[in-house]
Amino acid sequence: MSNISIKLTTDKLSLDECYNFVDDPTCGGIDIFVGTVRNHTKGKKVKKLDFSAYGPMAIKEMELIAEKALEKFDVLKIAIHHAEGMLQIGDIPVIIAVSAAHRVAAFEACQFAIDTLKETVPIWKKEHFSDGEVWVNAHP
Amino acid sequence: MQTQVLLFGIVADLVGESSINLELKMDGTVSDFKKKLTETYPQLQNYNTYVIALNESYALDDTIVKDNDVIAIIPPVSGG
Repeated sequence: MSNISIKLTTDKLSLDECYNFVDDPTCGGIDIFVGTVRNHTKGKKVKKLDFSAYGPMAIKEMELIAEKALEKFDVLKIAIHHAEGMLQIGDIPVIIAVSAAHRVAAFEACQFAIDTLKETVPIWKKEHFSDGEVWVNAHP
Repeated sequence: MQTQVLLFGIVADLVGESSINLELKMDGTVSDFKKKLTETYPQLQNYNTYVIALNESYALDDTIVKDNDVIAIIPPVSGG
């Protein structure tokens, strides 16, 4: 699957790596979504976020999303990289990069990928506040 | 049959383990597994907003659990 790059890692995610993977002479645009750790949630100050994953399944589900994105939209390449472990404010938990001949498909595929990731990929984050911690979305 | 069950997120916290073994009857469904799970861990009686994965793929309530399947309890995900 040379058009798909999937990664789940405790290392720092690299924008360059995602960009370079999807870059291609036939593409006319690259769309990149970068998730960042926000310093507040519902009015409370967040200190850090702890991401844990069901690794093998998370990778499979990210592969499924990438395959679907290539099938559904007129795009060339896609990279979906997700971090695990403890992340600080401003750190990057997720990068999605998509290249396409034309920009509309790249935007659509990128949005599809991040929206689906948030619904199906078995990764969980725990928000750490100064007075405790809570699993995000555990009681929807 | 003895089945390995992986727990994540809030469910792992509620049970106090990230992996357990449960004795299940042969050819039971995911639904039967959930019943057995709450019988064994009553602290999950008030927490049922999870789905089940078998061998790293999402499963339905009527899916049959086979010997050597790896079961995972997936509470609402929050990646990204």
